[in-house]
Amino acid sequence: MSETIVAFEDAVATYDPVLGFEVHVELNTKTKMFSSAPNAFGDAPNTNVNEVDLGLPGALPMVNKQAVEYGIRLGLALNCQIAEYCRFARKHYFYPDLSKNYQTSQSDEPIAFDGHLDVELEDGTVFRVEIERAHLEEDAGKLNHFGGAGRIHGSEYSLVDYNRAGVPLIEIVTKPIVGAGDRAPELAKAYVAAIRDIVKALDISDARMERGNVRCDANVSLMPKGADKFGTRSETKNVNSLRAIEAAVRFEIGRHAAILDAGEKVIQETRHWHADTKSTTSGRPKSDADDYRYMPDPDLAPIVVDQAWIDRVRAELPEMPAERRKRLHTAWGYSDEEFRDVINADLLDEIDETVSAGASAAAARKWWMGEIARLANAKDIAPAELGVTPAHIVEIEELIGAKKINDKIARQVIEHVVDGEGTPGEIVAARGLEVVSDDGALTTAVEEAMAANPDVVQRIKDGHMQAVGALIGPVMKATRGQADAGRVREIILEKING
Amino acid sequence: MAAGLAAQDFTSEALVQAHLDRIAEIDQGEGKLNAFLHVNTEGALATAREVDAIRAAGGAEAEALHPLAGVPIAIKDLVVTTDMPTTGASKFLDGWISPYDATVTLQIREAKMPILGKTNLDEFAMGSSTEHSGYGLTRNNWDANRIPGGSGGGSAVAVGSYQAPLALGTDTGGSIRQPAAFTGTVGTKPTYGAISRYGVISMASSLDQVGPVARTVEDAALLQDLLSGHDPKDATSLPEPIDGLSAAARSGKDLTGVKIGIIKELRGDGYQAEVLERFKETIQTLTDAGATCHEVSLPNLEHALAAYYLIMSSEVSSNMARFDGVRYGKRVTPTEGPLTIERVMGASRAAGFGDEVKRRVLLGTYALSSGYYDAFYGKAQKVRTLIQRDFSAAFEDVDVLISPSMPSVAFEIGAKVDDPTAMYRADVTVIPVNLAGIPAISVPSGLVNGLPVGVQLMAPIKEDARLYQIGAALESILTDQWGGPLLAQQPGETAANA
Amino acid sequence: MSEITREQVAHLAELAHIDMTDAELDHMAEDLSSMVTLFGSISQVASDDVPATSHPVPLTNVFRDDDESHVLTNEQAVAYAPDAEDGQFKVPAILDAE
Repeated sequence: MSETIVAFEDAVATYDPVLGFEVHVELNTKTKMFSSAPNAFGDAPNTNVNEVDLGLPGALPMVNKQAVEYGIRLGLALNCQIAEYCRFARKHYFYPDLSKNYQTSQSDEPIAFDGHLDVELEDGTVFRVEIERAHLEEDAGKLNHFGGAGRIHGSEYSLVDYNRAGVPLIEIVTKPIVGAGDRAPELAKAYVAAIRDIVKALDISDARMERGNVRCDANVSLMPKGADKFGTRSETKNVNSLRAIEAAVRFEIGRHAAILDAGEKVIQETRHWHADTKSTTSGRPKSDADDYRYMPDPDLAPIVVDQAWIDRVRAELPEMPAERRKRLHTAWGYSDEEFRDVINADLLDEIDETVSAGASAAAARKWWMGEIARLANAKDIAPAELGVTPAHIVEIEELIGAKKINDKIARQVIEHVVDGEGTPGEIVAARGLEVVSDDGALTTAVEEAMAANPDVVQRIKDGHMQAVGALIGPVMKATRGQADAGRVREIILEKING
Repeated sequence: MAAGLAAQDFTSEALVQAHLDRIAEIDQGEGKLNAFLHVNTEGALATAREVDAIRAAGGAEAEALHPLAGVPIAIKDLVVTTDMPTTGASKFLDGWISPYDATVTLQIREAKMPILGKTNLDEFAMGSSTEHSGYGLTRNNWDANRIPGGSGGGSAVAVGSYQAPLALGTDTGGSIRQPAAFTGTVGTKPTYGAISRYGVISMASSLDQVGPVARTVEDAALLQDLLSGHDPKDATSLPEPIDGLSAAARSGKDLTGVKIGIIKELRGDGYQAEVLERFKETIQTLTDAGATCHEVSLPNLEHALAAYYLIMSSEVSSNMARFDGVRYGKRVTPTEGPLTIERVMGASRAAGFGDEVKRRVLLGTYALSSGYYDAFYGKAQKVRTLIQRDFSAAFEDVDVLISPSMPSVAFEIGAKVDDPTAMYRADVTVIPVNLAGIPAISVPSGLVNGLPVGVQLMAPIKEDARLYQIGAALESILTDQWGGPLLAQQPGETAANA
Repeated sequence: MSEITREQVAHLAELAHIDMTDAELDHMAEDLSSMVTLFGSISQVASDDVPATSHPVPLTNVFRDDDESHVLTNEQAVAYAPDAEDGQFKVPAILDAE
């Protein structure tokens, strides 16, 4: 079924979008939320599990103190109140990835609540997002579907891996976000990026979106411009990249507008995002059948957080992303525009790491914002996913500094790094890309160029120094671009003046 | 028995073999008692021989043996064991062997107590007669046509019929004390959290407690002393052990200065006249021993039955959810209609659970479901507070409270099985203790029409020692009056078995 | 207190994932009705200011340090699985997918 979509500009001209986000963050504790099995990614199925994770008869949960500590840390970073007293509850629903058929979660007694986060948009505008709560819970296992193209619908059977079951999560829920207008998609992306940067700065999550460490459910509804009563919302599940979040919100605004324009009603439902078609499809309608039968978990003791605990965590909070930006902006000496471009390109971490690894701030920016960003854009992926590391950049800068390669060759080297051919040094050696600085070979090439262009030689002799360039070109061509242009110029001038 | 082993008057192997012979003789087979679901012949003998070898060798290792080393024990089949199947008497878990041991199982292994086998119970401990076992009912050792009580009928009968000197029980709403009263044995429900619940299949987590079943108060105390202590795997386990219980059981017959409160609400209407007669005699015996007895009122006990059944069934509905046929246990595949995991779960649970389990799961689902939570589960938890307050107020004036253990003697097999609420009402004396979390003991107090009755003593939280002190004193006086233990008066029994 | 209807029981059985025959639904409706009659009076007891007790013995902040302890082997994990493949638990298709 293909759906009618109203052009985004038209949609936001008629309606005010209201947003809401539920972001799940997987914590990077050593062990799980309620069991002492390892919290690890990528191991063989069902090898990081014990009786608690498998929901075996008789097994009991025990709260990981580190996860609680992380909850407080994040709560403070999001300017939240920390609960003096809170309990875990059981949320019941039968699903094969849920080993006890209930999820243990701080549903209505969150560890942190009533906070806010100031989100900076691309042009530097700051938008305040109100945080309703941040609560601790456990992740579910992973279902692998077989048959029916690996999708859940139409699959013949599924295999369940409980390695992820019980991994600690913090779910951050916003209050309804009103007033973003046509900047709603941009805000969505900036908000999730801000959350990601905060949990990374707090060192409570690996924050790798491609691994599902940070997952976003985006709620979108529309109301006619000027109205104050919210429309019916859709909830787009598990949108797992910054680009996808922006695109999903944009798509849903257009879809809702089309429904409302036609005088129909938006159905309250979950939607699935498809990166390939850049659209959402209907999931399961929310119905009254959802009766989770919450109850306080009798197997777990309540958590009491006193002021001393809060004060200690607050004192230990690391530098927050906003402060870090200020510090790096000054240290790197970029112009405001240059720095904002870096932020918007989401390359702050990469450049910071590259500078820390030994490159100059200018060089780090030049490569990440230039060649690497260009290549990533062509492949439609994030620059960090290309496979070029800060160490590669430092190596390239060293090769340039030693005059072994020039900028032009460096760009070729980066392409070869992306193709997986090895480190820059290995590539230069293997492909014989080192700059020709052997005067003998260069002198021959210069002499040939001078012989072929006597008129140019005469003009240089007449004092038209800029004509030198007309001789460098053929020399570079003859040496397949591997000549050191500065040295070529010197030789030409020596010949003419000598 | 323990003393005989220590003095090497007889070996543990001989002791274990004698009990295994008795099990073979009176327990296993058509029409027999059926207290054991699994007999651990080789395992028990191996542990016995190990203890005998250590004792024979003497030295430090022999010195370090626990006083109960070599004394055989039976374990209720709700407790997981790695070397024997654990079924919870449910067909759902037919043949399942746990990959981990319960904490109490480990404690018993550590003390080198030979494990004779696993005892019968009502399915997943839900019932008051052991008629709801998936593996056939257990018969009362006094009268084979009567029920032994439940859910721990198997453990009580094993001990009462000299098949095991000690047994492990669990008590959610009287499952240790009620069968103890019906079989002429001693059973204790310790303070909630005194003994680890880790590896004990949860029925109702906030009510469940492991406890000892024995032939004397001192034996029960020895076993509880062994099992007491904090378990870092059980978040509801008390931080400090409740110990010194066997010492308390040896403090003598003099009860001068002891204040006993007779609970007004736990006698009168609905109580068998002869049971009340025996109860009066017990009060007189205690008074003669120096205790002062007076009546106290706990008005909210009127609502205890309702609060108990709503809390219990709610927690049951939650704890039973993990039995879904995905990771372990029974799986039934529907023969008609589309094959989905939801339908497999529904069919598996339908086939694996008995009627009583289904009844309680449905009642609990109802009590927790949206729209009913506040009126049922929520209210039941408030009533729980009121009942706790009643107990606290009563314990300001008295050291212990007393009541008949049960309103009647053991009923005939099948008498109440079709009337669940009649069965539930009979538990009125035992369930307030579980709601309040306090400890209680049932001690044999005489016979009514040739069947045993017991008296229940209750103490404040963590004051389990009072039960053992007063219980042992009463037991000692009564044993003198009877000219030997009550169990010796069983039909066909001789004192030789003692 | 009100009767529990057969339809209500069917809904509860669905929530609890227990298949029931028509005869069982009738039987359970009867049993549940008598239970709710017996226990329903509780909704009249205890005023709003009485706090709820979820845990009989009040312990708080019972935690575990973030230290790794034992895991089961994959063989142990799937040993009693009704159906398994490649060390994972095998289940039929999931239709009511979220």
